[in-house]
Amino acid sequence: MAREFRLGGAPHLPAATSVRTVMGKVLLALLPGVALSTAWHGPGVLLQAALACAFALLLEAAMLRLRGRPLRPFLGDLSAPLTAVLFALCLPPWAPWWIAAVGMVAAIVFAKHLYGGLGYNLFNPAMVGYALVLVAFTRELSGWPPLDAPIPPGALLDGVFGGGVPWDAMAQATPLDTLRDQLGQGRTVAEAQAGDDGRSAWLALAWTLGGLWLLQQRVIHWHVPVGVLAGVLAVALPLWLYDTGRHASPWFHLTHGALALGAFFIATDPVSGAATPRGRLLFGAGVGAMTVLVRTFGAYPDGVAFGVLLMNACAPLLDRWLKPRPFGHAR
Amino acid sequence: MIDLLAILLAAVFINNFVLVKFLGLCPVMGVSKQIEPAIGLALATAFVLTLAAGLSHLVWTWLLLPLGLEWLRTLAFILVIAALVQVVEAVMRQRFPVLYQVLGIYLPLITTNCAVLGVALLNTQEDHDLAGALVFGFGAAVGFGLVLVLFAGLRERLEAGDVPGPFRGAPIGLITAGLMALAFMGFTGMGAR
Repeated sequence: MAREFRLGGAPHLPAATSVRTVMGKVLLALLPGVALSTAWHGPGVLLQAALACAFALLLEAAMLRLRGRPLRPFLGDLSAPLTAVLFALCLPPWAPWWIAAVGMVAAIVFAKHLYGGLGYNLFNPAMVGYALVLVAFTRELSGWPPLDAPIPPGALLDGVFGGGVPWDAMAQATPLDTLRDQLGQGRTVAEAQAGDDGRSAWLALAWTLGGLWLLQQRVIHWHVPVGVLAGVLAVALPLWLYDTGRHASPWFHLTHGALALGAFFIATDPVSGAATPRGRLLFGAGVGAMTVLVRTFGAYPDGVAFGVLLMNACAPLLDRWLKPRPFGHAR
Repeated sequence: MIDLLAILLAAVFINNFVLVKFLGLCPVMGVSKQIEPAIGLALATAFVLTLAAGLSHLVWTWLLLPLGLEWLRTLAFILVIAALVQVVEAVMRQRFPVLYQVLGIYLPLITTNCAVLGVALLNTQEDHDLAGALVFGFGAAVGFGLVLVLFAGLRERLEAGDVPGPFRGAPIGLITAGLMALAFMGFTGMGAR
């Protein structure tokens, strides 16, 4: 009961936070979602993450050496593995190994080190890597294995390292793809979602749990996730109310695809995002709105990556025009 | 009305002149060091581009087509654009000195902006009527200005960065433009449905 609680003298310094602890916490917060994803999709999820991490660390070391920077502090700061894991979580578990290699070259070399390395990147490295491979290798990235029949380890290794998975025979459309195809054939949303057991809501919940823990740890701010929610509602709700047969409900958008992961883990990147509170709200809203627009009207299955990149481009202007006014200063 | 709105949105986002059609890259690279001049150039371009799109459309329908001189269009449009910019500059200096002070120095730059000629030529290709041509020109200019101003914001932030020596200046600018183009890929296919 009587715990010792010593109080020091006046300057109370907050706990020392380093890049390593922040990145470590984000990685930790990803665990529930990663665990659930692995349970559904098999060990391929972890294999992709390990592959991407290996390439990321290799490229990080190579770039640090080329730029004449010390290896040890930067390799240990966990920022490259975090980029790699966020990237790998977007990949189908049986994607060939060179997808991770190409994505990590785009992310670590182009999006990160050519801009000056950690803390200077204008665009979110993980999303640069993912958007690039999505645009370049759409076919390899669109086939997901069926949820209830995990891929045998032999076939998985063959698919990742040998290119031997018969994609079209085994792949199953994701709920987002099903919705797009069925609507394209003139069916209604209810018909398209008949086979959807809504279980991806559990994955969204797992990401949200991790995200709430990050909020509680003050690693991320509430503005971005709330902005994303508002952005999704602002676009999806009017469309849905206008014609419930042709447009999916906001709930469907929120619980499917990469939206929850993006709202808490990707759009909250402090470097490439906006730095002002109102800027963060608008940043999130832009990501949410763009995601729904791409899903509803665009050509790609999901729009989180494009939304994040687009808002990355807007972030400097958001910060410039929404700078908080110091109290008492004139406008 | 819906058609015009579709033309406008397509020109601004889906077929953005700078990031998807790669027209008008030189002013985007050249006048994007700071945001204020970028806004000035964007406004001046919007003004001239809309006028040029309309005028070149009139020249096309009332002069070149009736006379069977379709093959002269490139030359004719360059002439129309150059003359238009001169007239606009003179009128602006006389009548709107304030506006001239803001936009004046950018007007000669616009003469050589390939996006202006591009809009005039694309208008003939896509068979727009006069309203369509005007809206297409305006949309192209809005898309151009949007990218120009966003790009200027990014470059201001780059100034504080630590870009490796060989990549400072134009190389990192082109890489940034490439990544912005990647972001704009998200708009692909939006016009189709």
